[in-house]
Amino acid sequence: MVRFEAVGLRYLGSGPHAGAWGPEALTDVTFALPRGSFTWLLGPSGAGKSSVLRLMHLAIRPTRGEVEVLGLRLARAPRNMLPAVRRRIGVVFQDFRLLPYLSVFDNVALPLRLAGRPEASLRADVTEILRWVGLEAKADASPAELSGGEQQRIAIARAVVTRPDLLVADEPTGNLDSRQARRLLALLREMNRLGTTVVVATHDEDLVARFPAPALFLHEGRLHDPDNARGLHADSATDDDIG
Amino acid sequence: MTTLARRRRYSRDPLGLRRALSGPLLPGLVAAMALLAALAVAGAQGAAALAQRWQRGAAAAVTVQLPEADAAQTRRALEALRAMPDVAEARAMDEARLAELLRPWLGGTGGLPLPAVIELRLANPRADPVLVGDRLAAVVPGALVEAHGLWVQRLAALAQSLRWLSWVVLVLVAGVAAAVVAVATRAGLAARRDAVEVLHGLGARDSDIAGRFARRLGLMAAGGALLGTAAAVPALALLVDLASPWTGAGAGGSRAAGGWAALPWPALAAVPPVAFLVGWATAQLTVRRWLRHLP
Ligand SMILES: Nc1ncnc2c1ncn2[C@@H]1O[C@H](COP(=O)(O)OP(=O)(O)O)[C@@H](O)[C@H]1O
Ligand SMILES: [Mg+2]
Repeated sequence: MVRFEAVGLRYLGSGPHAGAWGPEALTDVTFALPRGSFTWLLGPSGAGKSSVLRLMHLAIRPTRGEVEVLGLRLARAPRNMLPAVRRRIGVVFQDFRLLPYLSVFDNVALPLRLAGRPEASLRADVTEILRWVGLEAKADASPAELSGGEQQRIAIARAVVTRPDLLVADEPTGNLDSRQARRLLALLREMNRLGTTVVVATHDEDLVARFPAPALFLHEGRLHDPDNARGLHADSATDDDIG
Repeated sequence: MTTLARRRRYSRDPLGLRRALSGPLLPGLVAAMALLAALAVAGAQGAAALAQRWQRGAAAAVTVQLPEADAAQTRRALEALRAMPDVAEARAMDEARLAELLRPWLGGTGGLPLPAVIELRLANPRADPVLVGDRLAAVVPGALVEAHGLWVQRLAALAQSLRWLSWVVLVLVAGVAAAVVAVATRAGLAARRDAVEVLHGLGARDSDIAGRFARRLGLMAAGGALLGTAAAVPALALLVDLASPWTGAGAGGSRAAGGWAALPWPALAAVPPVAFLVGWATAQLTVRRWLRHLP
């Protein structure tokens, strides 16, 4: 499903460091996530959580090592093979990244339209997913008219409307109060119960305590593995999954 | 009802390009360049017509006129000319061709007494036609040697270079139009950077994103070109009308109608589609190159 093998990552500097390679943001990261798992990605700010997730949703390529996502070997895959795999991955960001000039309905419909689904058949799916996140009534609203929690539920709806195989969320509760955060997590867990592989990066320990699951722990770009979530021992990887 | 209309409108424009790429600047600039292109197209076509006609008229660089000549005198003049070493060829012009050449200046020639005209080709183009004239006048009194054909040849050469110049102008105009579209495309990319990155992240192919920009910019360029070409038509009609005595248009029917009919309509009609193509291709290249920064 997702496999990291001795992954190293450097960012290309910008601004005053333009053109120069920065220090390694990730060093020798190795793990594997089985199909249908739910995994926490934990660690302090700057540990490299976002970097790991960016590799997982094909937003960057590793500097060394190999990343395999949904059968695609990212390190050497030709560029034109990435879009099709991206369409099988749902992504939720801390800052939602909804398109402000599109209605809620059109934001959620976007992935289906990109996949070339005809308008007639896409209405029902979008309406159903909006009902699932409890925002059916807001279909024609603009994202700016919604609260942060509602915007994040729209972002989740957009991420899952295509029934992706993999769902990654980068600090999805960072801008939400704790009630909204719990509601959001309930949605992510339900997606996981329906069969989607889910990875959630967070530093919200209360949330992790409420929804126990295997965790990958990052520190300064390296992996610690308190729960043996690396999946290196196939037998123990999914046992705690249902939590 | 309004909601549905709004939804349909938005769904075809997920990047919000209708707002990001709008305003009269780009169509206005393209309109100005289309106007120049239309003038250049018409100029090229007009210069080609003039050059062709003048070259036909100037087949003989030197002509000899024998006012009030009869057939015997004409024959004598021909013999004398053919005997001269400077003259490569001497040929009497038939009356129909003479009438055709004179028509722009005289209108119909019915009833006017025409002089006999002999066309000469000189063995050496630099030879002085005046010497030929002097020697001929000794044999056939009243013969006039006319070297206007040399001038016509030079004018035809000028028209030919004007024609090439028009093509150069056309290429330059297309290049400037492409540069303007590239700048507008980059401005649109900057304004919609977040949206482009979101679409890219959702699995949009480069062709999806570039295609949306290209369609929008192509249409804007074509719209501007339509305006510019339409604005050029009255000016061109006037020019064609003024030039009709030399190009042979406008003979027969009314001169105003001749001006409209003689416009290079197929070339003018091609200006907006060509502008669309230039806009479309430039936007495609610009966006695709920009997207290369994303993995
Ligand atoms: N776009 C970037 N350009 C340069 N350096 C980056 C970029 N993103 C992250 N980094 C660096 O990589 C390291 C890990 O960052 P990140 O993955 O964002 O950690 P986290 O999400 O755990 O806070 C940090 O040192 C950060 O400065
Ligand atoms: Mg982060």
